[in-house]
Amino acid sequence: MTQPASMRNIAPARRRLQQINPVYFVLAVLIVAIAVSNPSFVEPTGYMNFLKRAAPLAILAAGQIYVIVSGGFDLSVGSLITLTVVGSSMLLNNNADATWWVILVMYVIGALVGLINGLVVSYLRVPSLIATLGMMITLNGVAFMWSSGSPRGYLPETFRYFGRVNIQGVPLIQFLPVALIALVMVGATFYWLMHRTNFGRMLHAIGDNPRAAKMSGVPVERVRVLAFMVSAFSAVTAGILLGGFAGVSTDVGIGYELQAITATVIGGAQLLGGRGSVPASIAGALTLTAIFTLLNFVGLPKPTRDVVQGVILIAAVVLATYRRNRTGT
Amino acid sequence: MTQLPIIEMRGITKSFPGVKALCGVSFAAYPGEVHALAGENGAGKSTLMKVLSGVYLPNDGAIVVAGKERHFKHPLDAIEAGISVIYQEFSLLPERTVAENIFLGREPTRCGIVDRRAMETEARRVVALFGEAQHIEPDALVADLDVASQQLVEIAKAVSLDAKVIVMDEPTAALNETECEALFALVEMLKKRGTAIVYITHRMREITKLADRVTVLKDGWTAASYDHVPTPDTIVHAMVGRDIGDYYAEPATAQEIGALVLSVRNAGNDQLKNISFDIKAGEIVGFAGLQGAGRVALARALFGAAPFTKGEVTLAGQSARFQSPREAIRAGVGLLPGDRKGEALVLMQSVSDNGMLTARALSNLAGHDKATRFASTTSMDALLRQVDVRAGNFSQEIKSLSGGNQQKTIVARWLSLDPKLLIFIEPTRGIDVNAKAGIYHLMRELARKGAAIMMVSSDLPEVLGTADRVLVMRLGELAGEFARGATEAQIMLAATGEKVGAA
Amino acid sequence: MSSFARYRAAWRLERYAPALLLGIALLIYIAMALGLGQTRFLTPEAAVSILNRSIALGMTAVGQTFAILVGSIDLSVAHLISASAVVSSAIMDGNPAMMLPAAFAALALGAVVGTLNGLLITKLEVNPLIATLGMSLVIQGCLASFYGSFKGSVPDEFQIFAYGNLLGLPISLLVLVMLTLLAWLVLRFTRFGSNVYSVGGNRDTARAAGIKTARIVIASHVICSLYAALAGLYLASRLKSGSPWIGAEGAYDLESIAVVVIGGTILSGGKGGIWGTVAGVIIFSLIDSIFNLAGVDAFAKQVMRGIIIVAAVAFYAVRSKRMAA
Repeated sequence: MTQPASMRNIAPARRRLQQINPVYFVLAVLIVAIAVSNPSFVEPTGYMNFLKRAAPLAILAAGQIYVIVSGGFDLSVGSLITLTVVGSSMLLNNNADATWWVILVMYVIGALVGLINGLVVSYLRVPSLIATLGMMITLNGVAFMWSSGSPRGYLPETFRYFGRVNIQGVPLIQFLPVALIALVMVGATFYWLMHRTNFGRMLHAIGDNPRAAKMSGVPVERVRVLAFMVSAFSAVTAGILLGGFAGVSTDVGIGYELQAITATVIGGAQLLGGRGSVPASIAGALTLTAIFTLLNFVGLPKPTRDVVQGVILIAAVVLATYRRNRTGT
Repeated sequence: MTQLPIIEMRGITKSFPGVKALCGVSFAAYPGEVHALAGENGAGKSTLMKVLSGVYLPNDGAIVVAGKERHFKHPLDAIEAGISVIYQEFSLLPERTVAENIFLGREPTRCGIVDRRAMETEARRVVALFGEAQHIEPDALVADLDVASQQLVEIAKAVSLDAKVIVMDEPTAALNETECEALFALVEMLKKRGTAIVYITHRMREITKLADRVTVLKDGWTAASYDHVPTPDTIVHAMVGRDIGDYYAEPATAQEIGALVLSVRNAGNDQLKNISFDIKAGEIVGFAGLQGAGRVALARALFGAAPFTKGEVTLAGQSARFQSPREAIRAGVGLLPGDRKGEALVLMQSVSDNGMLTARALSNLAGHDKATRFASTTSMDALLRQVDVRAGNFSQEIKSLSGGNQQKTIVARWLSLDPKLLIFIEPTRGIDVNAKAGIYHLMRELARKGAAIMMVSSDLPEVLGTADRVLVMRLGELAGEFARGATEAQIMLAATGEKVGAA
Repeated sequence: MSSFARYRAAWRLERYAPALLLGIALLIYIAMALGLGQTRFLTPEAAVSILNRSIALGMTAVGQTFAILVGSIDLSVAHLISASAVVSSAIMDGNPAMMLPAAFAALALGAVVGTLNGLLITKLEVNPLIATLGMSLVIQGCLASFYGSFKGSVPDEFQIFAYGNLLGLPISLLVLVMLTLLAWLVLRFTRFGSNVYSVGGNRDTARAAGIKTARIVIASHVICSLYAALAGLYLASRLKSGSPWIGAEGAYDLESIAVVVIGGTILSGGKGGIWGTVAGVIIFSLIDSIFNLAGVDAFAKQVMRGIIIVAAVAFYAVRSKRMAA
C-alpha cells in the first residue's frame, strides 16, 4: 500500500539504522561510561566479573521472554530461584559428591513447576499473572517449609563452581567465568529455539492473536505450556549460578522476576505478546546490570536502584510506544 | 431545498499509518431529510462517520455545525452538537441493562444520585415510540436480548438524546422483514420531527424507499453526489466504477463438477438443527441468510471450532465430525473467517510468517521454520506471488497491507496445504472493488483445481454472482436450495420465511 | 451473538459464586470448630476478631476493586501503604496535635500517587501493570532512601483507630464498614459509578458515548490509592510506629487483587462489585482461621494460600469463553 511520504524519503542507510534495536546503543554507551569512570573495568577481570554477575539475570530474561512473547508473565521465577538454592543446600547437606544428581533433581522440579504454570494458564484459563503469582507464593512457602525457616550454611564448592569460578590454565578460554559459558550456551540454544524453529513462530503467533492462532491450527495449549517450561528451566539455571556467589537464604530470588521482566521490556519486547527477541532481552539484562554498576561507582545508595529501575521500566515502555506510533508499525 | 444544512463536512481527509482512508470528502445533512451514504465495503463510509462523531480527528477539512466551524476532539463534543451515531458493530455494553445503555455516560441525577426511576420511565417512553410490537423491558440485560432488540436499543439511545442528526450504519443488516418495516416507519417519523438522518447502506431497495439525497463514496473519494435519488443502476455504477460484466468469474461447467467431497446428514448442535447437504469437488456453494441464521455457526461446526454434537459428516468418504480446528485442518479443511483481524491474521508478524502459519503449526515444533513439511519460505513466496499479493517485500508486517492483500495471503496459507474443502466467510468484507474481482476469480480457480468451496456471505449479489448453487438458512436450519439463476427476491423470501411485498 | 443462551446461564451462576464460596468456607470453619469441640470460636466475639484481622486488607481491596472494575490494576498499593504509615508516624512523632496534618499528608500522598498512576496509564498509554509496578519500585526506593527503618511514633490518641471500641465494636471495623458502604454507594448510585463500569466494560464504547474515559480511569486510581493510604494509617496506628516494609510484608498488592478476583470481579473490568470483594476478604480471613484451628504451621499456610488463590480464580475462569494469557 501507499506509504507515508516521510518514510519513503528516508535514506536506506538511516532506515537500516532505525531498525536496529536501540537497546544495543544504550548498552554500548553505558559500557563506555563504566569504563571511563572505572578504568579497571577494561581489564579482563573487570569486565569478566561484570559478565559473571550479569549472567543469572541475563539467563532469566532469556527465559522470561518466551512467556512474554506468548502473551503472559511469569512471576514465579524469583521464588523458583530461591527454591533451587534452598533445596540444593538441603539435598546436598554438605556432601559434594551429590552435586550432579541434585542439579538433575532441581531441573526436574523446575520442569514440573513450568508444567503446572502452563497447564493452569492453558486449561484452567487462569490469567498468567494470577497463576504464576499463586505459584510464587506457594514456592516461597515450600522453600520455607523445606528449610524449616532457617536454611543451612552454604553450598559445597563443587556446586558453587558454576557461579563463581573463572576457568584457569586452559588456553583460549582462560579467565572465562563458567557462568559466562553457561550464558552463551543457554543464550545460543534459546536464540535458536525462539528465532529458528516452528515453535518460536508459534509462540509469536499465539502472543499476537491467540484466536487466529487457534483457528490456523496452532496447538496453542502445548506451545504455551512449553513456554512456561523454558522460563522455569532458565530460573533453575539462574538459581544454580546464584547459589555460587550468593549465600543460601530464603530471599536470594526476591525481586528477580521483576528485574527479568524489566530486562525484556528494555530489550523492546511487546508486553501481552507477539514481539520480542532473545538477544535483545539478554542485552536488556546487561543494560540493567550496567546501570546498577554505574550507580554503584557514582556512589548512589542501594535504594536508589529501585527508583531508577522503576523509572527505566516506565520510560522503556513509553519510548517503545512512541517509537511504534511514529513509524506506524 | 434552500434550507441550511444542520451539519456540513468539507474536504475531509483522514489517513492512518500506511493507508489513506478519506480524501477530500464533502457531505451535508439537512433537517427532515434522509441522506443515503452508499459505497462498497471499505469505501470509507464508516471512517467518515467516525470523523463526524469525534472518534477520529481528521487530518484536514472542516466540520460546520449551524454555520459555525467546529473541531470535535472527543465524541462528547459531537454528542453535544446534536450528532448521534448508531454504529454497525454494536456499541452496547452487554453486562448492563437497557436503561443503563440508553443513558450511558449521561445518567440523570438528583442531588448526585442516579435517578433510576427517571431512566426507566424515559427508556419506556422511547421504546414505546417503536410501536406495539416491541416489548423491551428497561431493566433487562442487553446480553439477554436478541440481535434485533439490541438494534432497537441503539436507536432508542439516539432518539432519547434528541439528536438533530442521527447516523445509521447499515441498520438493517440483522433485521428480518417485519423489523425492517418497523425501522423504516421509525425513520419516517424521525424525518417528520425534523431530524436529519444519514443512512449508510449498500442496499438499493432501502435507498429507493427512504432517501432524499444520495452520496456515493469509493476508495475514500466522493464518487458521486445527487440532490435526488437516481436509478439504482446509476448508483451501482458509481459505487463499483466499472461494468459488472467481468466482475464475477464464469460458473462451473458440468464437467468441472467432480466427486462428492463433503456430505452432512442430520447434523446439529445447540445452534444448528437437522442440517443435511453435499458439496462436490469443483463446486462453489453459497450460503445465504440473515445475520444469526446459523451460517457462520455451520461453518464453525464443520471446521471443529464449535463442533456438531449429533449427525453424520463425511469428508471424501472419511468420517469428519471434527472436535478442533487442528483436526479439521489435518483432514483437509480450510477456513477463511469473516473477522480477518480477529481470527486469521497475526498482525505484528510478516506477510511470509502469516502465509506459513498453518504449515508450521502442523509440522514438528523443533523443526526448522524455513522449510516445513508442507511449505518452505521459497515455495510460500511463489504461492504469494501466484495469488497476486502486492507488498513491497514479503518480510514486511502484514498490518501495512490492504484488506484484499491480507485476504489473499490467507488464501495462500491454505493453498500450501492443498485442502479438499475451503470455507470462505464473508470473503470480500472490507475489500475494495477491484480486489474483490480478484478474490472471486481466485475462488473459481481453486474450484477448478478440484477443491470444494463453501461460501458464506451476507452480500446477496455476491452469492448470486459467484455460487453454482445457493443454500439458504433460517433459524439454524436449511430453509431452501436454489440453482444458479435465482433472484434476490426468491432468496430473501426463503431467508425470512415471510411474504415479501415490494422487493 | 447466538451463544447468549449458554452465556446467560453461566453469568447467573457467577453472580452468586462469591456467596457460595463464602458459605463453603463458613461451613468448613464451623464444622472444624464443632469437630474440635472449640465452640468458643463460634461466638460473636470470635466473628468480630476474625473480621478485625483483615482491616488493612479490606480497605486496600475495596480500593483495588475500583482499579480493577475500570479495567486497570494497581500493584503499587503495598509500598504506598508503607509510605503512608511511615510518613504519617514520622509527622506525628508522638505529638497528638500533629494527628490531623499527618493524616492529611498521608492522604495527599495517596492522591498524588493515584494521579500519577492514572496519568501514566491514560496519557502515556503505559500498560497498567508496568506503570504501577514502576511506581511501586519508585515509592519503595524513595522510602528506603529517606527512612531506613521504623520511623516516628504514634501518639496514644491515634492508636484509638486500631484499638478503640465503640458500641462494643472495634472502631477500625466500623471505619472499614463505613468505607465499604461509601464505595458501594458511589459505584451503585452515582453517575461516576456507572461510568466506572462502562469504561471497564468497553473503553471504546464508553468513549463513543461521550464519557471522558481518561478522567474516569484517573479518578479510579486516585480512589484506589486513597484507600491504600487509609490502610497505611490504620497499620501505623496498630503498630504504634511506621515501618517501611509493612506493606510489602503483608503482600497487600497481590492479596488485594486475589481477594477482588475471588469476589467475582473480572480482571478485564466492567463486571463485579464491592460486595463480592467483601465476601473475598471474609473468605480469606476464614481460611486463615481454619488453618489456625487446624494447627497448620505458617509456611504450610502460605503454600495453601497460593494454591487457594489459583483455584478460586480457576473456578471463575474455566467456564468463561475467553482465552487467558
